[in-house]
Amino acid sequence: MSDNLIDTSGLSKSYSGSPALRGLNLAVPRGSICGFLGRNGAGKTTTLKLLLGMLRPDAGQIRLFGEAMDSEASLIAARRRIGFVSEDKELYPFMNVGQTIRFTRALFPGWRRDLEEKYMELFRLPLMKAVPKLSKGMRTQLMLLLAMARGAELLMMDEPTSGLDPAMTEDILRALADLATVGQSTIFFSSHQLAEVEQICDRVCIIDQGQAVIDGDLDDLKSQYRRILLTFDGMPPSALASLTGVDHLRQRGRTASLLAHGNVDLLVDQARELGPTSVEVRPVTLKELFLDHVRGE
Amino acid sequence: MNLRIHFSTGVPIYLQLMEQIKHAVETNAIRAGEQLPTIRKIAEELTMNPNTVARAYRELERDGIVEVRHGSGVFVAGQPSSANKTAEIRQAGEVLRSAIERGMALELSEAELRRVFEEELSRWQENVTPPRRQR
Repeated sequence: MSDNLIDTSGLSKSYSGSPALRGLNLAVPRGSICGFLGRNGAGKTTTLKLLLGMLRPDAGQIRLFGEAMDSEASLIAARRRIGFVSEDKELYPFMNVGQTIRFTRALFPGWRRDLEEKYMELFRLPLMKAVPKLSKGMRTQLMLLLAMARGAELLMMDEPTSGLDPAMTEDILRALADLATVGQSTIFFSSHQLAEVEQICDRVCIIDQGQAVIDGDLDDLKSQYRRILLTFDGMPPSALASLTGVDHLRQRGRTASLLAHGNVDLLVDQARELGPTSVEVRPVTLKELFLDHVRGE
Repeated sequence: MNLRIHFSTGVPIYLQLMEQIKHAVETNAIRAGEQLPTIRKIAEELTMNPNTVARAYRELERDGIVEVRHGSGVFVAGQPSSANKTAEIRQAGEVLRSAIERGMALELSEAELRRVFEEELSRWQENVTPPRRQR
């Protein structure tokens, strides 16, 4: 049995006939921090809702903690082990910070006082401040604290750092790195911030039009993918597109830019035989991977 | 050791870490036997993924650059040079002691022995130094 905390296969969901997910395959290994990337409307929030049991899939399988989510009971059991930080960061408006923490603490027998104290110290949240008066960053920090201190094995977050200033973002990322080190938690979060995903994640999943177009170890992806820039005397030959390992081909005048993975050396040799005047091979950044896969050419 | 990671390049992060630690070892910024920062410390200081730090250490261990001693931490591999030197000096002392004993058995004085030692040392230097300089 693989040690994935999240495993989906062929996950599909439509809203009144228009498909949001079209056979999503996703794997999040235990102990990883996985960034979930995609354009607006790519299916990120739908995926999170399905994983949390807030929606039912039309087709496909979800396994959480190795268990199939095929009954109400299995969903409830899994939900107990998951902490969730929603995008809108909903909290009870009539409480202050201290009351919110005490209220939540009472609900969870496995509450970790050590983590509560640790993150109170890191975030320096004002105990007496009323929840509606908290800044967006403080609301995020409070929700994160609640999710972490209840002892969740899997933390899911919907755009945790959206709208936060860089210092606040760094605090959140530091808390996540710490949680993965000390708490050995698995973290799965959606984001639009490629820079933060590159900084903190070891796994990345890119979703486009309801399907995963990239799902893997970030450093492995960086090792596997290359950008190959070719310049020709005339128009680049059409044979380029059919070479093995070419993911995307873009042409501008006499130059062709290939995004490729796999046996790049072999590919470069084959491209050389097509008679380019210059060949350049470059590493690929996450931003390039993202843009090349979601642009929808 | 001053680690600096560029997250937004195409170079895998664990490779960047490996290169910088290797460089620190090669330039003696950290020496054999010295302890490296813990995974947690690096992950915290650079705000990065602990699994990635662990991967860099794993690969460095495979390359024989570091030694992971479970429970106590990660250390630069190889004999610590200072401890090495001490052992060598002790060995040389034993050789010299037996030479002194044999000299004393031939009823040489302390001053005569010292003169022989100095003479032999300078003769050795004359023989050995020139080819070294030519290198």
